[in-house]
Amino acid sequence: MAEENGKKSTGQALQERMGQMGEQMKGSQAWASIFRPGSIFRKGYSDSPRNRSYVIMNSVLYHLHPVKVKRHAVKVSYTLCLGGLSFFLFILLTVTGIFLMFFYRPTAAQAWDDIQILQTAVGFGLLVRNMHRWAAHLMVISVFLHMARVFYHGAYKPPREFNWVIGVMLLQFTLLLSFTGYLLPWDQLALWAVTVGTNMMGFTPVFGQQVRFVLLGGVEIGTDTLLRWYVLHVLMLPFVLVIFMAIHFWRVRKDGGISGPL
Amino acid sequence: MTEIPEHLRKRAEEARAKAAAAQGGDAPAADAPAASGDAPTSGDKIPVNLLDRTTPASGQTAPAGDGAPAMGSGPDGHTQRLLTVVKSGSIQDVKMTPQDKVHVWPHLLVIEFLAALAITLFTTLFSIFVNAPLLELADFNKTPNPSKAPWYFLGLQELLTMFHPMVAGVTIPGMGLILLVMAPYMDKNPSKKPEDRKFAISLMTVHFMFWAVLVMIGSFFRGPGFNFVFPWNAGLFFEL
Repeated sequence: MAEENGKKSTGQALQERMGQMGEQMKGSQAWASIFRPGSIFRKGYSDSPRNRSYVIMNSVLYHLHPVKVKRHAVKVSYTLCLGGLSFFLFILLTVTGIFLMFFYRPTAAQAWDDIQILQTAVGFGLLVRNMHRWAAHLMVISVFLHMARVFYHGAYKPPREFNWVIGVMLLQFTLLLSFTGYLLPWDQLALWAVTVGTNMMGFTPVFGQQVRFVLLGGVEIGTDTLLRWYVLHVLMLPFVLVIFMAIHFWRVRKDGGISGPL
Repeated sequence: MTEIPEHLRKRAEEARAKAAAAQGGDAPAADAPAASGDAPTSGDKIPVNLLDRTTPASGQTAPAGDGAPAMGSGPDGHTQRLLTVVKSGSIQDVKMTPQDKVHVWPHLLVIEFLAALAITLFTTLFSIFVNAPLLELADFNKTPNPSKAPWYFLGLQELLTMFHPMVAGVTIPGMGLILLVMAPYMDKNPSKKPEDRKFAISLMTVHFMFWAVLVMIGSFFRGPGFNFVFPWNAGLFFEL
């Protein structure tokens, strides 16, 4: 009995001590510097209209979403979440892509072997490569469907015309990203698909051959092409895409919100 | 005369009696206006100097108009003049009508989170069961038959079988792209209702169908030598 009491009191003491430490941590300058005044991580969250606003207002989400949206805008049957899903797939592709970059060298002598080793000898290597591949195809589809959805709702009409233009650019960049990634495994599928694709490019009048030469790093696909497309795929195109996405999302809010009539 | 509640009247009378007992000779004078029913009854709570300040106005009007709510000392007994009545719409430029809005948290964020979760789950499960293709090492001396572009370019490759490469690879897709970019500037119809946009919707649907059919023919109905085949006879020549 006495022992039980003793245990209880140590447990309680520990609990109290933890509570005190928590309070101390939340009162510290470091904590206050991380979370803005009004952040739910300072005051705790209980469901109230004020706290619902604070969740957005005092976090980085405020860059993406306003505090309130029209009730119509959250109707899933209207937007089908396609724009958001495209963005999320981009994030998923970035995460899986960074993983793949640790195991891949973009030279004709090493690329295919690296992927072979990735699939057979690296933990989760096969799964992550599969996810990267399928998410890429899904992203092309979701971006296209997003465009179709916007068109059929007439959501490109004033004042949203320019955002439609940005959106078409984003579709082009998505296709380019997918196409540059297609070469990287350096297998028969990659080589000949890209051969067919770039041959078409050469027929562009005036500067077609020059553009093809710059993109391939020569007159034919080779190890230089692989390096160029790798840099395009992992750095340059994502960089451009992120800038265009930022403008796209900003205009979505400025032009009247995520969906629905103005 | 307004009805004074019984308990209030009782209290006032008690107070008055108390005051009379305290002040002696003054009591009858203070009692006289109270009896007429017009003067305030709780005189004992207000300091005398403040009470004096109010007396000229009430003293002036009380004899003039009995019964009427006598207030103010303007020309016609008013203290304010009404200049004009202005309707709110003409001076307040109301641009926003109140809208039915919901908080982003939780209404929108929960939906977004669930959508992200669903697509992650789908991608992961699909990736567990279906492997991405990895054919043998690239070989410049061994052209696979057929050689196909990625599926989203197969519409273009299909066009190549029908037109000169410059037309199929540059002119047609270039025109399509320009039209797509220009769509919001060419479509002057302000309506967003489907019944008002029959032409625009038909045109875009035809455009989409054109590419969809080409992509499907290129993907599934083209065999060795990029010749037309039926997938149920010749098999599938298609890799993602």
